[in-house]
Order: sequence, then structure tokens, then C-alpha cells
Amino acid sequence: MAIKGLFLFCIPLLGLAIAQPKKKVPVTQTIAYKQGKEVYKKVCLSCHMEDGGGVPRLNPPLINTTYVLGDKQQLISIVLKGMKERVAIDDEHYSNNMASHAYLSDLEVAAVLTYIRNSFGNKASVVTPAEVKQVRAIIAQSK
Amino acid sequence: MYKKSLFIIFLISAGLRGVAQPNAGLTIPKGFTAVKLVDGYGKVRHIAVTPQGGIYVKLNKLYKSKGILYFKENTTTHQYVLTNSFGNYTGTGIYVKDQYLYASSDEEIFRYKLNEQGDVINTEAPEKVVTGLPSKGEHESKSIVLDNSGNLYVNIGAYSNSCQEQDREKGSMGMSPCPVLNEAGGIWRFNANGNNQTQKAGTRYATGLRNVVGLDWNTQTNSLFVMQHGRDQLHDLFPSLYNAKQSAELPSECMYELHNGTNCGWPYIYYDHLVNKKIVAPEYGGDGIKSTTDYQNPAIAFPAHLAPNGLLFYTGNKFPAKYKNGAFIAFHGSWNRAPLPQEGYYVVFVPFENGKPTGQWEVFANGFAGAIKTPKGAEHRPCGLAQDATGAIYVTDDSKGTIYKITCTGK
Ligand code: HEC
Repeated sequence: MAIKGLFLFCIPLLGLAIAQPKKKVPVTQTIAYKQGKEVYKKVCLSCHMEDGGGVPRLNPPLINTTYVLGDKQQLISIVLKGMKERVAIDDEHYSNNMASHAYLSDLEVAAVLTYIRNSFGNKASVVTPAEVKQVRAIIAQSK
Repeated sequence: MYKKSLFIIFLISAGLRGVAQPNAGLTIPKGFTAVKLVDGYGKVRHIAVTPQGGIYVKLNKLYKSKGILYFKENTTTHQYVLTNSFGNYTGTGIYVKDQYLYASSDEEIFRYKLNEQGDVINTEAPEKVVTGLPSKGEHESKSIVLDNSGNLYVNIGAYSNSCQEQDREKGSMGMSPCPVLNEAGGIWRFNANGNNQTQKAGTRYATGLRNVVGLDWNTQTNSLFVMQHGRDQLHDLFPSLYNAKQSAELPSECMYELHNGTNCGWPYIYYDHLVNKKIVAPEYGGDGIKSTTDYQNPAIAFPAHLAPNGLLFYTGNKFPAKYKNGAFIAFHGSWNRAPLPQEGYYVVFVPFENGKPTGQWEVFANGFAGAIKTPKGAEHRPCGLAQDATGAIYVTDDSKGTIYKITCTGK
């Protein structure tokens, strides 16, 4: 009897224990992601398109590219410095120029990169304003 | 029984899908017929048809390591077959004139001697007519055309959107005078029979043209006509002067008639077809309203960002009389008309009278894109145009590499 009582008492506890770590909000529900989407619409969409698919030969896609999913420092510096290297991006060349977007705040850059790393089928870690700040400092030093 | 009828329905629908759509899926005026001659060759840019009816196309991505393809009609099956392929360079321009095939990479122009059948005699030893043209990424393609006096015209596109100090950077102002214009942003003229001509050996025939892809020699006016790709991003770069919708609708895509020395005004101005004025660019002190009477007026102006990639004056006799000496334009289709839907992805026709457009243009062939009119979603994107000796016209697609032939059958 006592054992059974103890057992019944345990069930809600167990439930709590399981529910606790699940409370984590998915990235797409965060404020950063939503802010990032707004920045994307205002600043990046015209070239990289609404679906992140880009424009063949002109502007590269942001879907599963090594730049979007890869090294965050490099990704942040693309937004801050722009990109005119015309390197092959996953085997294709794109002839447009991407300008520097250094006028965006650390928060906006972090948000937009968090957004693109978790949209269009991408899944990658978030980018924080602190990380952007750090890359901005490195760029300023190397000038 | 139930299963069997399902199976039959499946067979019928599969069969229907297999059957070619009428007019290769295009919407064209009554009395015309369109067919796909070939399909699947990738980035097929411009096209030239020999007097004998052979088709040369220039590729922007090598097909089996070749950049020029040659198709001929099999006289028994009437299928077009890939007869030859050569040239290990990519590019856009191709043109046939006086027993020569001219073709361009983004830096050089070559020519190949043709035999009586219109076949290239030696694919491995072209003459290098022009060499060392600037190609700095943006607007790198070199379109070409010849006149009837031994001159070769080539577009050298500006490697810039609007000659800002920092290309495409928000608020960055224009360089004055724009240094890009010294070596790009115009049409250069060369001797079509010359050898190894550098840019300096040519003349800057016309300037103030941001980028031209479609161009043609008008044999009626005996002058060069070009289609300019207008600038991008008025709103992105100057949000306090232009809202997103204005940026989607401006500036016009312009057709210009050129003569030696013509200046069309890029980057200092752009054309606004909604008010029919040349507007001072925001990079050069404009406010979206201030206009000027300087610079060449367009022969006709089209909505913004449609990307005219092919121009052809129709000189044949097979189409109804209104088409004679008028212009066909292949609009590749826009990418920066958001928040409005993307536009273009069609071939339009502009009737001409006495060497001038009559002011009305109409969509001639539509439906290239299929269900989705976006650069990536479009099934086909019209790019190059040509006419053959019988009066049929050809349209290339640089998305899937389709070549269409449009004839007038009167039915
Ligand atoms: C003017 C058009 C334009 C705008 C606006 C623009 N980009 Fe780009 N972007 C490009 C081009 C063109 C390249 C490739 C340049 C090259 O090949 O050198 C590029 C490259 C990139 C890359 C690396 C290549 C890849 O496909 O993964 C990333 C990431 C990127 N852009 C993100 C952004 C973000 C985020 C924004 C908005 C803050 C933005 N871009 C705004 C045109 C643009």
C-alpha cells in the first residue's frame, strides 16, 4: 500500500523531470529569429530572394552553402565587409557584388545570421551579438 | 476491376503528360507555331543562324567541355542534331556575317571561317579579332554584332551598379566623373577583319550605357540599337528617397538608337517611363524628381528590371506585315521587383515605322517560366534571338538550354 502510494506520488515528479529540459524554445520562436527575418526582408531579400534561392549567375543561394553553415567568423565578416571575391560558391560563380553592411548593429547582424542559419532548410547554431562585436573589432584592427 | 481502372487512368495521365504541349508550352499569337528544337544544353546564351539554316549557340557554361554548339536539321527526320561542338571558353556573344562565325568570351572575340555549307572549317584555329577586354565580374558578358561596313560592335558592361564609391553600399555617393566609363559602360567598335586588337585599337562608339546584352544592327536605319539593363536598388541604397515599390518600378529598361559619340547618361541619370523624363541619379544629387534634358532619349522605354537579353529586328517576309522591320526583345525576367511580383520571362514585339517605334509594345511569346516567375523557379528564361533566311525566328533559354523556333503558319 505504502509502496503504491509512493509510486503514485512519484508520477507527477517524474513528469516534471521530463518536461523540464523540453522547455527550450526552438530557434524559430525566438525574438532574435523574428528580428532577423525583418532585417533579412529589408536588407538581403532583394538579392538573395525570399526563399534564399538567390539568382542564378548573379547572387548566390543561402541554402546549405558552406559559407552559411560553416565558420561563424567568416560568415559575420561577409556581412560586415561585403564579398567581391567571386570565388566558386559550391561550384557556381556569381557576378554581382555584395556591399559591406557594417552599418547594421551587432544585434541586427547576429539576428539576420541566426535567421538565415535556421531558414530555407538550414539548421545551424545561433550567432550572438558578442560574436559579431568580436569580428568587428578584428576587422577594425586589421585596417 | 477498381484497380484496373485506376491503372488505366494512370496510363492516360502519364500519356498526356508525355505528349508535347501545343506550341511547346508557349502562348503566341494566332497563326504562329512554336516548337522546341533541342533541350537540355544548359546555359545557352546568344544564337546565330547561318544562311543555310545551321544553328550556332554560345554557352555560358561548358557542355561536355565545349562552349559553342552547332545544330543542323536532319533532312529526313527533320530533327535538329548536335553536329559539332568546339571552343573551350564560355561567353555570351555569337554572330554570323560574311562567311565568318564570330564568338566572344568575356575578354576576347574570335572568328571562324565558314565553308559553303555554313560549317566551321577549322574549329581549332580561330582568328583572335579582339583581345584583353576588361572583365571584372559584374556585367562581364560581351555581346557582339556587325554592321554592313566591316565593323564589329561589342558591349563592355560597367563593372558597377551606379558608379558609387562603394558599389551597392547604402548611401555611398557617385564618383565624379565616373572612372568606369573610361574602359567600360559603353559600346566599343572594332575592325571586324582585324587581328589581336586591344581595347585601345577600338573606338568608344557610345557611352553612358550601364550594361547591354541585347543589341542588333537595324538595316533600315543603318544604325545600331541596344537594350540597356537599368540600375538596381534605388530603395536599398537611398531609402529616404525611394520606397520599395518605387524601386521595383524604376528605372525603365531602355532601347537606344546609337551613333558615334552617343551618350546615354549612366550613371548620372536614369529614365523614368512613368513621367517620361531623365531623372538625376541619387548618387549624383538627385532626389527622385530633379530631371535633365542632357543625354540621349530612349527610342522606347519598358518597365523596370525585366532584363532585356536579346534584340532582333525582323527583316523576313513570313510574318504578317506589321512585323516587318519591327523589334523582338527577349526579356530574361526580373529578380529585383520585390515586393511586387517578378516580371518579364517573355518575348515582346515593338512595331516600327520609318525607323522609329510606334510607341506600343506587346507580349509576343509568353509562358517560358511555367508556373513560377522567379529566376530560380522559372523553367525557361528567354535570352537570345535570331532569324533565319526563311523568316522563322529562334529563341534560346539559358536556364535549361532549350532552343525554340517560331514560324508563321497562318493557322
Ligand atoms: C547587392 C546584392 C546583395 C545583397 C543586398 C546581399 N548580398 Fe549576400 N551576396 C551577394 C553576392 C553577389 C554574393 C557573392 C559574391 C561573390 O561571389 O564574391 C553574396 C554572398 C553572400 C554569402 C556567402 C555566399 C553564400 O551563398 O553562402 C552570404 C552568407 C551572404 N551573401 C549573406 C547575405 C546577407 C545575410 C545579406 C543581408 C544582410 C546579404 N547577403 C545581402 C549579393 C548580395
